[in-house]
Amino acid sequence: MNRLKKLFTEKKENILSIYYTAGYPEIGATLKIAQALEKAGADFLEIGFPYSDPVADGPTIQHSSQVSIENGMTLKVLFQQLKDLRPQVSIPILLMGYVNPMLQYGVANFCKDVAEAGVDGIIVPDLPLYEYEELYKDEFIKNGLSNIFLVTPNTSEERIRKIDELSTGFIYLLSSSATTGKDLDQSDKISKYYERVKAMNLKNPLIIGFGISDKASFDRANKYVDGAIMGTAFVKTIGNKEDYLSHIPEFIGKIKGV
Amino acid sequence: MNYRIDDRGYYGDFGGAYIPEMLYPNVEELRTKYLDIIALPEFKAEFDSLMKDYVGRPSPLFLAQRLSEKYGAQIYLKREDLNHTGAHKINNTIGQIILAEKLGKKRIIAETGAGQHGVATATVCALKGLECVVYMGEVDIERQAPNVARMKMMGAKVVPATSGSKTLKDATNEAMRDWINNPEDTHYIIGSVVGPHPYPEMVSKFQSIISEETKKQLIEHTGNDQPNYVLACVGGGSNAMGMFYHFLDDENVKLIAAEAAGLGVNSGHSAATSALGKEGVLHGSRTILMQTNDGQVVEPYSISAGLDYPGIGPQHAHLHKVKRVEYVSITDDEAMQASLLLAKMEGIIPAIESAHALAQLEKMTFKKDDVVVVCLSGRGDKDLDTFMKYFNL
Repeated sequence: MNRLKKLFTEKKENILSIYYTAGYPEIGATLKIAQALEKAGADFLEIGFPYSDPVADGPTIQHSSQVSIENGMTLKVLFQQLKDLRPQVSIPILLMGYVNPMLQYGVANFCKDVAEAGVDGIIVPDLPLYEYEELYKDEFIKNGLSNIFLVTPNTSEERIRKIDELSTGFIYLLSSSATTGKDLDQSDKISKYYERVKAMNLKNPLIIGFGISDKASFDRANKYVDGAIMGTAFVKTIGNKEDYLSHIPEFIGKIKGV
Repeated sequence: MNYRIDDRGYYGDFGGAYIPEMLYPNVEELRTKYLDIIALPEFKAEFDSLMKDYVGRPSPLFLAQRLSEKYGAQIYLKREDLNHTGAHKINNTIGQIILAEKLGKKRIIAETGAGQHGVATATVCALKGLECVVYMGEVDIERQAPNVARMKMMGAKVVPATSGSKTLKDATNEAMRDWINNPEDTHYIIGSVVGPHPYPEMVSKFQSIISEETKKQLIEHTGNDQPNYVLACVGGGSNAMGMFYHFLDDENVKLIAAEAAGLGVNSGHSAATSALGKEGVLHGSRTILMQTNDGQVVEPYSISAGLDYPGIGPQHAHLHKVKRVEYVSITDDEAMQASLLLAKMEGIIPAIESAHALAQLEKMTFKKDDVVVVCLSGRGDKDLDTFMKYFNL
């Protein structure tokens, strides 16, 4: 069974996922951070492959992407790192990145190499539903990869149904229509949106992301859905090359309240 | 051969809408409504009236006598430089501002490189009393101080893009991020035939007034609406798309697009996308862009800030692939010499962008009766600083 499916079968609440950019703050950080996060109790990982023009990201993740590229990170380097990493880390791993590097690699090769490296799924924010279904879906399915779609407060019910039908891992529920790293929107409108999507009884689990920065926002998200993803807040804590690993247990501990 | 958009939003292999889900409702609203809105009689009436009385259209088609003698052909200049604000950019912003009003939007955002599109956007926002925010690379803000001042005078807020290389592509990223964060009340006026579907098609429709007028004017001048050659410069490609639009299906008309080779196509300092680019996705559409083997976007270079863009619009990518349009590369030096030549021989100082199209004339051989139309997309006032330095004036 796909590790992601196994996780969602075994765990139904308070699922914690952490996003970080591969090759940041140093090229060799990818593996060390994954080990530290698993040990500290993260449930699954989202590893970002860097892109020069990440339009869905705020300044923190833009910066980490730029540093990662300067550190020499490429998809080839990343896939080798992931192969080395997989025997030592057993929680699910997703890759997150933009469509252009994937196209340059070749979508068929990309899906094959990603699967061989032990990755469980992919999140590509600028690969929309229509293009995915028409052009790339078959390669994802052939390689057993989950493709994760985003849903925002402005996504129509009809489109959410369609996304649910095409999704094989979970649905990534955005806490607002925003780039990464903004404060959590706590308005009634947003609570009603979570409740509205939850009431749709979708076949896929729901995980909230964007704007989750501390224990309070993590707990708030978990009142409505199965878990939450943190990115910007984590990337901010690992910016220092000298001691980034030492901050990880405390960061995760605070979120989990242990 | 079909050169037009299909119902999926593609030109052959290029186009589409590669956007994050956050932008889907905005782009979908535009896609489903813009054709109906621009077909409304009141839209057409207002567009035509502003084009005539505010922009000053039709722009003249001028037979450049001395240039014609020099090159041994009938050289006509389509004078987009005489439009209000000094370039073709206003054709698009007039169209989009009326559209934004009809969509009920209260706030306008735009990206700009040299500042021409930013000025054209600030202009129409002032005209309509709408809030205007223009994203501009930090580097470009320093290089283009007069245009920044123009925008500010007309009430626009100019926000520096400090990410990446701090130029046009980063300003475009910042404008897209703004739109993601303000999905409901904001319309994004993209300045070229780039971006997710329906932008490339919509912008080219607004710019198509250039070739629509040219055909009528050619009949008055020559009795025939089919010239032998049509030339235009290409950065993202909006003046070229407007200049080619009504000639695309006239297969006997040769269409030539001049890209900026900068210091030379293979110098590492160039913006010649069709020569150096590979297929990929940039700013929401599948097109040709300059990139590394790993798919990172490469920073382009040209002496003209308006051609300093690492991609071309998806329709250009298609026209290049099916060879309907010939894409040529013009260096900084060639463009600067062509600027000086036009100034000395015709008393017209062109924008350095437009001079890239003029420079191609040097490389062609004509028959005496050949009719050639060059799109003079903008005037050179904004480039005086560059001219002064380059020619030691």
